[in-house]
Amino acid sequence: MKLHDIALARSGDKGNRATLSVIALDPAHYPLLERTLSVERVKAHYEGVVRGAVERHAMPHLAAVHFVLHDALAGGVTRSLALDAHGKTLAAAVLDLEVDPPRP
Amino acid sequence: MAQSPRPFRIGAGAGYAGDRIDPAQALAERGGLDALVFECLAERTIALAQLRRSRDPDSGYDPLLEARIRAVLPACVAQGVRLISNMGAANPAAAGAAVLAVARELGLPQVRVAVVTGDDVLDWMRAHDATPLIDCAQTVRDLGDRLVSANAYLGADALLPALASGAQVIITGRVADPALFLAPLMHHFGWAADDWPLLGRGIVVGHLLECAAQVSGGYLADPGHVDVERLDDVGFPLAEVQADGRCVITKLPGSGGRVDRLSCTAQLLYEIEDPARYLQPDVVADFSAVRLHEVGPDRVAVEGAGGRARPEQLKVTLGHRDGFIGEGQISYAGPGARARGELALAVMEKRLQRIGLGDRERRAELIGVNAMHGPLRGSDCEPYEVRLRVALRCATRAQAERVGQEVEALYLNGPAGGGGVTQSVREVIGAASALIPRAAVAPRCQVLES
Repeated sequence: MKLHDIALARSGDKGNRATLSVIALDPAHYPLLERTLSVERVKAHYEGVVRGAVERHAMPHLAAVHFVLHDALAGGVTRSLALDAHGKTLAAAVLDLEVDPPRP
Repeated sequence: MAQSPRPFRIGAGAGYAGDRIDPAQALAERGGLDALVFECLAERTIALAQLRRSRDPDSGYDPLLEARIRAVLPACVAQGVRLISNMGAANPAAAGAAVLAVARELGLPQVRVAVVTGDDVLDWMRAHDATPLIDCAQTVRDLGDRLVSANAYLGADALLPALASGAQVIITGRVADPALFLAPLMHHFGWAADDWPLLGRGIVVGHLLECAAQVSGGYLADPGHVDVERLDDVGFPLAEVQADGRCVITKLPGSGGRVDRLSCTAQLLYEIEDPARYLQPDVVADFSAVRLHEVGPDRVAVEGAGGRARPEQLKVTLGHRDGFIGEGQISYAGPGARARGELALAVMEKRLQRIGLGDRERRAELIGVNAMHGPLRGSDCEPYEVRLRVALRCATRAQAERVGQEVEALYLNGPAGGGGVTQSVREVIGAASALIPRAAVAPRCQVLES
């Protein structure tokens, strides 16, 4: 099962940082999100795009895990040579992650 | 100010400078609103507007201002809806005069317009050029004569005199986006400027509304996963705000889109860094304990925000010239499209070396393969069509023009079957940030009447 089956994601820009929110479509799936979306796994998934630290804010009452991705926008919207300078499309990439199966 | 027996109804009329106009008109006419807010300033907008103003002293405000005002002013006047917007950009006074001109044209001569200025701190920054820039090791001095604008993010306090003046329309330059919404709430409910938890709740209202349809079903649909009805007619949102700062987010009955836990959560967290510390000129808002409850169809109740004392300094955005970007694109399609696109990339690499641009910072990629998420994605796909894209950072316009010319020359000199060349050159206006002491920023309010 992929994250795409149980979550939506939205990204935004703050200077040279991207924000990434991942929200459970059904709040009952929030524990799966929290387990799947470790800082290490997200950092590895965005290798080659996110050059800096990955900061994570778990928000169980919103059934959401929120990230700040540092040095992720090639210098920021105003400077970037990228087609998607805002990093708006970055969020969708996280939905490609395989969800960790529940532990037995 | 007396406590209102009914909630204050505040709507969003635009979430960015180019936003749709018809949903704003629908809200103005049928929303039963007390206030309608148009947020139209992105980070670089003022710098670009400043460049326009330097060529024409009467310009420098939002190019769509007249069209937006024309669409909503009749209903706003008839129903007593106050209209608040940062469409003044680099020239709020000219924008105010333009609003009056539209009012006269519509046969509404009694309209009073308040213009809020004081965000322009370019002179102060030039006089204090040892001020450090945020997120880099430079100072304002390092921007030299490339600096074109410096605007402080004013808070809701700067709008209170304009609201007290009774003006129908309030036009500003740079104001923190959520403050455009917080100000009428403070004015209506008489919230104290140091009631931090209350101001924090007002900021949540503003943050949820400031991107307009992004909270009411826009930017959400993912067919089969998250379905949204009628994106051609998404209803812009409004909030019904109580005197204690709690609110319900909703939209016009019968409009497209959706307002629910998912749409509101996505917007609540949008572009937030630490949810417990959302820095605003009026308050450090705390979203970490916000709760959302679906209380009816397309109705979400919001509560639980907090706040702490406002920051000592205000944030300033400094616009500066930052060279040029030259870009070219060409498509390849059918069997072997990717291989021909890759060959074209290799040819471009050698051409850029040959014409002396080989050392420039660049992106060279295939749209459809690896243009969005970097080198690690798309390595195994064989798309039916690909589009080569090369973009270079250049010091001069002439250099930047060479990039598109070289891509275009792939027509006759490159791989088979290239088509659909586009080329562009744009001057880059960079945005840097700095902090300024509050004492150096003096908001002013001028009331215009025809």
